[in-house]
Amino acid sequence: MTNCPTLIVTVGLPARGKTYISKKLTRYLNWIGVPTKEFNVGQYRRECVKIYKSFEFFSPDNEEGLKIRKQCASAALNDVRQYLTDEGGQVAVFDATNTTRERRDTITRFAEQNGFKVFFVESVCEDPAVINENIVQVKLGSPDYTHCNTDEAVEDFMKRIKCYENSYQTLDEVLDRDLSYIKIIDVGRRYLVNRVQDHIQSRIVYYLMNIHITPRSIYLCRHGESDMNVKGRIGGDSGLSLRGKDFARRLGQFIQKQDISDLKVWTSQMKRTIQTAEGLNVPYEQWKALNEIDAGVCEEMMYEEIQDHHPLEFALRDQDKYRYRYPKGESYEDLVQRLEPVIMELERQENVLVICHQAVMRCLLAYFLDKSAEELPYLKCPLHTVLKLTPVAYGCKVESIFLNVDAVNTHRDRPENVEVSRMAEEALYTVPAHQ
Amino acid sequence: MAQTPNKPQVRKRFRCDSIASVPQFTNSPTMIVMVGLPARGKTYISKKLTRYLNWIGVPTKVFNVGQYRRDAVRTYKNFEFFRPDNEEAMKIRKACARSALSDVGTYFMLEHGQAAVFDATNTTRERREIILSYAKDNGYKVFFIESICDDPEIIAENIKQVKLSSPDYIDCDKEEAVADFLKRIECYKVTYVPLDDDKDSHLSYIKIFNVGSRYLVNRVQDHIQSRIVYYLMNIHVTPRTIYLCRHGESELNLVGRIGGDSGLSPRGSQFAGALGKYIKSQSIPDLKVWTSHMKRTIQTAEALGVAYEQWKALNEIDAGVCEDLTYEEIQANYPEEFALRDQDKYRYRYPKGESYEDLVQRLEPVIMELERQENVLVVCHQAVMRCLLAYFLDKSAEELPYLKCPLHTVLKLTPVAYGCKVESVSLNIEAVNTHRDRPANVEVSREPEEALLTVPDHI
Repeated sequence: MTNCPTLIVTVGLPARGKTYISKKLTRYLNWIGVPTKEFNVGQYRRECVKIYKSFEFFSPDNEEGLKIRKQCASAALNDVRQYLTDEGGQVAVFDATNTTRERRDTITRFAEQNGFKVFFVESVCEDPAVINENIVQVKLGSPDYTHCNTDEAVEDFMKRIKCYENSYQTLDEVLDRDLSYIKIIDVGRRYLVNRVQDHIQSRIVYYLMNIHITPRSIYLCRHGESDMNVKGRIGGDSGLSLRGKDFARRLGQFIQKQDISDLKVWTSQMKRTIQTAEGLNVPYEQWKALNEIDAGVCEEMMYEEIQDHHPLEFALRDQDKYRYRYPKGESYEDLVQRLEPVIMELERQENVLVICHQAVMRCLLAYFLDKSAEELPYLKCPLHTVLKLTPVAYGCKVESIFLNVDAVNTHRDRPENVEVSRMAEEALYTVPAHQ
Repeated sequence: MAQTPNKPQVRKRFRCDSIASVPQFTNSPTMIVMVGLPARGKTYISKKLTRYLNWIGVPTKVFNVGQYRRDAVRTYKNFEFFRPDNEEAMKIRKACARSALSDVGTYFMLEHGQAAVFDATNTTRERREIILSYAKDNGYKVFFIESICDDPEIIAENIKQVKLSSPDYIDCDKEEAVADFLKRIECYKVTYVPLDDDKDSHLSYIKIFNVGSRYLVNRVQDHIQSRIVYYLMNIHVTPRTIYLCRHGESELNLVGRIGGDSGLSPRGSQFAGALGKYIKSQSIPDLKVWTSHMKRTIQTAEALGVAYEQWKALNEIDAGVCEDLTYEEIQANYPEEFALRDQDKYRYRYPKGESYEDLVQRLEPVIMELERQENVLVVCHQAVMRCLLAYFLDKSAEELPYLKCPLHTVLKLTPVAYGCKVESVSLNIEAVNTHRDRPANVEVSREPEEALLTVPDHI
C-alpha cells in the first residue's frame, strides 16, 4: 500500500480507550491486509516489574519508577523497529499514554531516524460516566488488580490517573501543527484531524470516525439450507429446501424472542438469503457485496466434479485457500475487499442481523474474532446456526445458537495431501456427505 | 445520478432495489449548508460534492444563492451592494435566501431529492438560525461545511480562477475586479461569526482549515454525513492531470466479442508502444499508472516501462452469461435480455453478471483514491472508463453507458475552475470501433435486424 511503514502513536490519560482503539484498529488493518501489530508499553512494564503494588509506581517523583517506565518504552520502540524493518510489518501501534511533548518528541525522532511515518491518535474525555465504565470493563480485570477488591482497585486507579494529569500536554493546535494526528473527543462526538499524509492515514481516520462503543449485538447466520446445498453443489442461486424454509421460520421466532430494539436486517442479492429474510416479516436491506464468493468456472459444481474437471485448480486451492482465485471467479482475499464497506457500515450501526453465505460469513467472523488469513477459510459456519456477537472489553463474546433444524454439512476441511500429484480419493477425502 | 422520473419498465428479477453501500433513505433528506467568507472555495466544494453524491446514486442539487441574487438584481454595480448597512440590498439578499430555501423544499418534496447543498456565505448566526428553523419545521437533517482560510495566496488564486470570469465582473478589467472583490470580502468580515465549538456544539458540521491541512468534525449523525466527511477529507486542489484510456485493441475486440480476458492484437501492441512514447513526451512528474487485473490492460502497461499498480476494481463489467459472445450471438441466444438492456442500459444487470450501476459502486474506492492522488494514468476498459468519465464530467445515469470511449484514444483531464478540461488525444493507431449506440427499437418484440442495427463492424 505505502512504501514507508507507519507508526501510530496513542496519546491520552489512562482509561481513555487507547488500548481499545489500538486493538480494534490493529484488527481492522490486519483484516484488510495491512500487517499491523500493537505494542502496549504497560505490558512491557508488567513483564519488568512482576508485581504491581500501587499507584505510587506512577508518581511523577518516583525516580526508580520513571527509569523503569522509560526503559520499557525504549524496549517497546526497539521491538517496533524490528517489526517494521525486519519482519515485514507495515503499521505498528505504539500504545501508551505518551502524554508529554518530551515523550512524543523522542518517538518522532526515533521514527525519523528509521524512516517511519508517524500518526498520533489522541483520546480526550472528561465524562466521568465513560471513564467509570472503562475502569469497570477493563481495569478491574487487569493483572495489576487481580488481588484487589473492586473499591480498592477503583480508588487506586483514580489516583493513578491523577499522577499523569499534571504533566499532561494535549496535542496543541499551534505547537503541534506540523504533526499528523487525529484527536478524538468524548468518544467520537468531535474529531480534530491534522495533516493526513497518505492513503493509510486517511483510511485510519475514516475507520476511527465510524466506530462507537454503544452496546449492541451483531447476529450472523447463513441462509437456510438451499437445494444446491442438499445436492452438494457450490455457488449458484437456488431457493431454499424444505428444511431451509423451516429454518427461516425458526429464525423469525428466534429474533422475536430476542426482543432486539431497532434491529436492521441485511441480506445478499441471492434468492436463498432473501427467501430466508422474507420469513422474518421485517424490512430488510439487500447488499450485492454480501453475495457468496464467485466460484467462476466451478459455479454449481460438486466437489467431485471439480476434482474431475479441474484437478489442478482444486489442489492449488487447497494449497492457499485464502489467496486462491477461481478462474473467472474470486478469492477470499477478493471477498474481504468487497466486504469492507459492509464492515464499515456494521461498525456504524447498532443491532444488526446479517443473513449471508458460508465464505462471506467466514470473512465477517474473521474480522470480529481477529482470525488470520490462514484460519479464515476454514472457520466453521454451519447452516441453521446463528452466531451472536457482543462486544465486551477488548474483544467480542460469541454465542452459537443452533436453531434445531437439521441441514447438510457444507464444511470441507483441508485434506492432508494438497499436492497437484495427489489421487482423486485424497482430494475428495474431506468432502462432506450429500445426496 | 439524478434519476429521471419515467424510466422504462425493467422486468423484475431478484435484483437490488437499493444499493446498500449507498445510504438507505427511508428517512430524512439532508441539507448541506456551506459557511464561509467569499473566495473560500464554497462553490467549488458544493459543485464537487454534488457531483460525487449524484455519481454514487444520491440525488443531490446545488442551490447557489449568488445565482438567485444575480437573477434578482440584473446588473452588478460594485461591492457596495454587500455593505452590511445597505438596507435595500439586505432585503433583496434575504429574499433570495428564502427563495432558495423554498426551492430546496420543492426539490425534496416533489423531485425526490435526497441532499441539497445550500451554497452561500451563511456567515451570521442569524442566517444559520433561519436555515435551521426551516429544516426543523420540515424534518430535514442539517450538516454544515465551513471553509476557513487566511492564506492570501490561496485567496488570490481563487479570485483569479473563478471570480474574474464571474458574470458580476464581465465588464471590468482585472485590477478593478480584484480590488472590488477584496472590498466585498471585507463587507462580510465585519459580521462573520464562524461556527463556534461551544455555542454550536449541538450542530453537525465539518470545519475545513486552509484547504484541508486541518479538519474539525462535530457530531456526524449518519452514514451519508460520514461519507461526505470522508470525501471532503480526501479531495485537494493541487494542480494535476488524470489520463484515462482503454487497453490496446484486443483479440476479442477484433472479432466483435465482449468481455473475456484476451491479449492485445498487433495493433493493440502498437498502441501500447505509442502510449509509452506519448507518456514520456508529456514529462509528467511522479506519474502513477493503474491497470485492471486483466491481460489486456496489463500488457498495455508493460510497454510503458514504468511501475504500475493493478486494481481488481478496474476489471471490465462482468457480462455474466454473455461473456465472450458477439452481439449477434447475444441476440440469437438471449433476445429478451438484449432488449431489456437497451431499455435501461444503466441499471440492467447481465444474468450472473453486473450492471453499470454495480460498476459505479465497485469503482467508488478508485475514484476516492484518484481524488487523493495527483498525476495518474488509468489504463482500463470501455464500461469502466465510461463510469470514471461520467464522474469527472458530471454525466447522468442515462448518458453514462453511451459515452464515447474509443480504443487508442487518451483522455487528458485537468481540473480547472469548477470543472474539468478534457483533451482527447488519438494516438493514430487504427482500431475497431466497439461503441454500440442505443437502437431505435428497444421493444422485446423487435426483429433481430432492428436489434443489431447499431452493432459496429468486426471480423
